[in-house]
Amino acid sequence: MSLDKPYANIPGTTIFDAEQSRKGYWLNQFCMSLMKAENRERFKKDERAYLDEWPMTEDQKKSVLSRDMNAMIALGGNIYFLAKIGATDGKSFQQMAGSMTGMTEEAYRDMMVGGGRPATWGREQEKK
Amino acid sequence: MARITASVYTSHVPAIGAAMDLGKAQEPYWQKVFSGYEFSRKWEQENKPDVVFLVFNDHATAFSLEMIPTFAIGTAAEFQPADEGWGPRPVPKVIGAPDLASHIAHSVIQQDFDLTIVNKMDVDHGLTVPLSLMCGQVKEWPFKVIPFAVNVVQYPVPSGMRCFKLGQAIRKAVESFDEDLNVQIWGTGGMSHQLQGPRAGLINKEWDNKFLDRLIEDPEGLANVNHIEYVNEAGSEGIELVMWLIARGAMSDVAGGPKPVVKHRFYHVPASNTAVGHLILENPQ
Repeated sequence: MSLDKPYANIPGTTIFDAEQSRKGYWLNQFCMSLMKAENRERFKKDERAYLDEWPMTEDQKKSVLSRDMNAMIALGGNIYFLAKIGATDGKSFQQMAGSMTGMTEEAYRDMMVGGGRPATWGREQEKK
Repeated sequence: MARITASVYTSHVPAIGAAMDLGKAQEPYWQKVFSGYEFSRKWEQENKPDVVFLVFNDHATAFSLEMIPTFAIGTAAEFQPADEGWGPRPVPKVIGAPDLASHIAHSVIQQDFDLTIVNKMDVDHGLTVPLSLMCGQVKEWPFKVIPFAVNVVQYPVPSGMRCFKLGQAIRKAVESFDEDLNVQIWGTGGMSHQLQGPRAGLINKEWDNKFLDRLIEDPEGLANVNHIEYVNEAGSEGIELVMWLIARGAMSDVAGGPKPVVKHRFYHVPASNTAVGHLILENPQ
């Protein structure tokens, strides 16, 4: 019997389930390592060398180096883990979340102040 | 006997903690958020509990992918604020209530809920931001805290109904503790927000406010809401709201007592990427 995954078709959304978790295990564990100041320093000094200490896939490493959050999520990253990269870079959660929407930082901030993204977003495309 | 006197519900947005720590609370953007907690801080001082049972979720801080407990109860004597990647928040350490926590663990496990017992963990913004919101900037937290972490990070997460029933088990456990203690139960997290993907920034005011209405009036009906509705309507991280049902399930009316008194209700958009929701319910004396 297959597992019930009713969340597979929500527009613009990847749910972090056991499948994503297995895929992203080392990517996320690398992120956890950034909770220690000395590791943040080592990462900042030579990102590639630090990433090479982890058994991540090449695609995962590239997504981190380019700070492509959507790619990291697709490759098994979870936002709460990836937030440690943002924290290391001195970015706010709002900057990180906004970076995945294709909007400018200012436009995203204005959208939030204006009440946020409507819950109906993407549903029209879904129906087509 | 120990008793649950009130429940408090609040968002735990990390940026709220940062705004306080960096002295930005008076800026117009943040002032609007904090205005919703002015009453609450006064109320908390006037109704100071001995212990707060604080339901929150760990944000990849104490629990990495090495271990993912669905429900974890902190039974340690103290808990340090965590370094989440920008250094620990400059807030007091959290003093636990080991005797009561162990008693609750024992009782709740015997009521068929599988809790993970945690004797060492750092606590992140999920726990410290609600404390800051309710107590302000203090030298030490004015009560003991039992941290109770719920997995809402890796799916599947516990259902609203399971959380609601767990709250009922916690109330029974507290009331079977011999010491005469005033206990508050706090449910934190939410309201609608999505932090990831092209749909980030989702806010559903209508759904959030209906959630608040039903949490007050019809918690059992609300507990039947399927997790997919949370994700569809309140965003992928809006699922955190199931944790509010643990606190609500612990209120007297669920066990046949009188209806709780609504002391305070607040809703505001935005704080960073999310809506802020807040509620204080008191059990009638």
